[in-house]
Amino acid sequence: MRAALAALVLALLPLLPLAGGAQTSPPVTAAAIVEDNRAQIEKPSRQTIGPVIAALAASGDPQATAILQAWANRGLGVRKSDGVFVLISDSADGYALRLLDGSDAGTAPRADITELRPNSGVRGVIATALVQFQLNDPDPARRAAALTTIARDPAPELLEPLRASIEAESDPALRAQKDRLNRLLTLRFDPDAATRIAAVESFSGDLGLDLRAALNPLLATTRRAAPLGTPIEGNIARDLEPGSDLTEVEAYDLLVAADLAPARLTTAELKASLAANIVGGAVAGIPLADLNSQSARNRAYTLLEEAGTVPVAATDEEVTQIVAGHRFVETYSEPDPAVTSAAQDVLTGIEVKLASMQVADLALDALSLASIYFLAAIGLAITFGVMRVINMAHGEFIMMGAYTGYVVQLFIPNYTLSLIVALPLAFAVTFAAGVAMERLVIRHLYKRPLETLLATFGISIALQQLAKNIFGTQARPLTSPAWLDGALSFNDIVSISYIRVAIFVLALVFLLFFLWLMKRTRLGLEVRAVTQNPSMAASMGINPDRINMLTFGLGSGIAGIAGIAIGLFAKVTSELGNDYIVQSFMTVVVGGVGNIWGTLAGALMIGTLQKGIEFLNPSNTLAAQTYMILFIILFIQFRPRGIIALKGRAAGD
Amino acid sequence: MTRTYLSRNPSVLWFLLILSLFTLGVTVLSEAYGVAFLSTSFIKTLGKTLCLCLAALAMDLIWGYAGILSLGHMAFFALGGYMIGMWLMYARTEGIVITALSNEALPATAQEIQNGIAAQIFGVVGASELPPVWGFAHSLPLQLMLVVLVPGVLALVFGWLAFRSRVTGVYLSILTQAMTLALALYLFQNDSGLRGNNGLSGLQNIPGLDGVSQDLISVWFLWASAFALGLGYLLVAWVVSGKFGSVIRAIRDDEARVRFLGYSVEGYKLFVFTLTAIIAAIAGALYYPQAGIINPAELAPIASIYLAVWVAIGGRGRLYGAVIGAAFVSLLSSWFTGGRAPSINLGFYTINWVDWWLILLGLSFVGVTLFAPKGIGGLFDLWQGLRSPDRKGATLGPDDGSLMEKEAKE
Repeated sequence: MRAALAALVLALLPLLPLAGGAQTSPPVTAAAIVEDNRAQIEKPSRQTIGPVIAALAASGDPQATAILQAWANRGLGVRKSDGVFVLISDSADGYALRLLDGSDAGTAPRADITELRPNSGVRGVIATALVQFQLNDPDPARRAAALTTIARDPAPELLEPLRASIEAESDPALRAQKDRLNRLLTLRFDPDAATRIAAVESFSGDLGLDLRAALNPLLATTRRAAPLGTPIEGNIARDLEPGSDLTEVEAYDLLVAADLAPARLTTAELKASLAANIVGGAVAGIPLADLNSQSARNRAYTLLEEAGTVPVAATDEEVTQIVAGHRFVETYSEPDPAVTSAAQDVLTGIEVKLASMQVADLALDALSLASIYFLAAIGLAITFGVMRVINMAHGEFIMMGAYTGYVVQLFIPNYTLSLIVALPLAFAVTFAAGVAMERLVIRHLYKRPLETLLATFGISIALQQLAKNIFGTQARPLTSPAWLDGALSFNDIVSISYIRVAIFVLALVFLLFFLWLMKRTRLGLEVRAVTQNPSMAASMGINPDRINMLTFGLGSGIAGIAGIAIGLFAKVTSELGNDYIVQSFMTVVVGGVGNIWGTLAGALMIGTLQKGIEFLNPSNTLAAQTYMILFIILFIQFRPRGIIALKGRAAGD
Repeated sequence: MTRTYLSRNPSVLWFLLILSLFTLGVTVLSEAYGVAFLSTSFIKTLGKTLCLCLAALAMDLIWGYAGILSLGHMAFFALGGYMIGMWLMYARTEGIVITALSNEALPATAQEIQNGIAAQIFGVVGASELPPVWGFAHSLPLQLMLVVLVPGVLALVFGWLAFRSRVTGVYLSILTQAMTLALALYLFQNDSGLRGNNGLSGLQNIPGLDGVSQDLISVWFLWASAFALGLGYLLVAWVVSGKFGSVIRAIRDDEARVRFLGYSVEGYKLFVFTLTAIIAAIAGALYYPQAGIINPAELAPIASIYLAVWVAIGGRGRLYGAVIGAAFVSLLSSWFTGGRAPSINLGFYTINWVDWWLILLGLSFVGVTLFAPKGIGGLFDLWQGLRSPDRKGATLGPDDGSLMEKEAKE
């Protein structure tokens, strides 16, 4: 019905006075049309009001728009005293009135006016007619608003007015928008298949959400079933194989819905009808005690069916049989196969492009996770990788750094300034803690690595509990400065938050710092000498104790800075370090102990792997971590010394 | 000269004697069989402690004797608990479901009972079907076999992979820790089939013993735990006493040398790893019915590290040391964290032991590692007059085996 109406409106459309176009209809005032159709307008019905609205729209009277708008918004009334149509608006004591030609008619009490209240169907017809005016409105903002309205709620009858308005559009941006909207509406609503296909194909390679929204209804499918041998009407998308494409239960439900099969009896219903037919401790002659299996119950029900006490219903075997005797297909609601295949092609192209975007986004995610792991592990790369000291309290040093940042923020309210203060302070705090730990504990255990592990673990639980005692168990915020808020986005899909970019940069800075320190400084030279051969280094005048102390402090200090970086995007709790310690060790071990490039490779691998697994199974980060660890355990089988293994004497044991 | 098993292990008889006296004493003081001096919950604590001692015994064998610091044995312990817990939960739920269904007009089918059990157990994680891992849960003998098999096979496969690629020392520790973490994370998922982080609960209700009070059951479990501990002690003492024991100690001290002597180091390690995993699993299977609940948090890597802490504090490399360490630290820990330890008022600050116990434990652990590597067991050496050679003074150089100051003078 609505389509017929629309056709009517459309048929009258050429009569519209287009901007710059010659007036083709005789000048009839809108007021006259309204007056002529008084009965229709006072009691409008959606079925019959079409011609009136079309006539109004076609009148060319500038007042027509105002009248239509008023009518749709309950702003049209009839004065009870003389039956004159008036435009009404609220005023202090009743309504302010204007006549249909726009002239002022004073005010009237509410009781004197009968408001016209068209129903929503009629209002829809009016709105459609109004869009034509808005599309050609001199005000660009209103034209844009009209386009938004059309885009939000596309309808076939809007296609023609939209097309007609393109030619006259002067604003290039709006014109492009109109053109795009025209193609979007064309591919859905144009009567000519070839035009539609052309419109679909014109979008090839486009990624817009509106395009996907327009294409999806074209490709919407419904499942249908028919007995084998009977042809199926409609544009068939694909055949469905019961068992693989849809379950037998779904297939049978489809048949029941299409009245092709009797309703299935659920086990609960079967049980209820048996229970309702217990006669003297037996159902259909089968004693109750024997009904403790499904097959016995089916037998009893069949007996009851034969006796006619219960309705006929399909049992499991019958269901299988019936399902096998039918063909199941998915059909497009769109009848033209050429259109659907063109739409399918474009959509496939979009999906391929989207997938590649998602891969790019995933790669960014993986890179940022990798830089977090790298940052957490780089301190370990020094203490564990270079000195071979297992420091289980490394995670707690990260935590100490994060809490240092939190405490600094308590004193310095400016986030940027507090960050600048906190970074060196966190380094200093954890450096001191590291040096103290090395002097007091680790120094005595260099020859007993397993005991270092346990002693540092003791320190770890003590520090963790200490943090809990001081700061409480609830998470503390470490707020990032405003310039780190927001995200760097390349398009709809690919984006990365600035904090993560900052962490990436920080990781890069530390990589360079580490390389410079180890390869270019006196300290680095001495560190390498002491780790390779302490007694020879000592003979050359290097003090191994001092070097060990400094190296350990350095590794711990970097952990403190990593703590601030991690605290910026995760909440600061006493268990912060716990979450990273195993991953950090994994990063160092997988990468190859004693080589910073190995640590980098390890971080990249673990980050990519974890994000990759999360992508495959997005609902479950726990599973992703599980599989990642399993993978690492297996990986170590094949490269026990890590990705980049030291060779020769430096490898040691 | 052939020495008998007992003469090589004089501690075995003493241990068994003390264990039986302990069990007898607790029984006499219990509510069920004696003067009701000890509460049922305390008897459960004691029974659980015995199970922890058994796990510590396994840890001592793998770490103290074979030198492998495994941070995964509490995972095997918990797996054993999960395996027995599945049967306990299934059988109990089955009883409840059958009772509920017996009110209906028709006798229940096997499928209906199964569905009822599944809905009862898995309703909490939003599933209504019994996952395949519960396939054996209906049968006690099968599930008891799984108590041994699942951790055993896991240890065998993991150990084979780890040892054959010559992962040793701290690397192996980190790897076992990763295994534990992976297992815990896996079990934390709701679709792991073991009720996610809800774990298994109600395990203290033993199916078939509905009429028996917890007073009696707690004592029975104490007996069973004591028996298992005694048996485990005999077994482990036997394993470490003979030639086998010599080989694994040699592996601990110098693996490469043992390999060059022609022993299959990997085989020995694998055997010890698997055996200790099984002992830990049995200990877990006895522990969790007394604890009543098991959830994946029990598998957290930290639990395994605590196990190592107990053994280290008790004194590793001696079996009674592990038992003493586990009993001492875990009882002390439950005393401190249970809020029963008196707070210390320092005037400006009150030390509340619930908050400070972990700090004390951590620091005392550092202290033991640094100053008393022999742990509490070292006291027995003092008592017997055994002393370590005293190499006085500081080392003269940073290398291994460098002389001490006094030695250099001679």
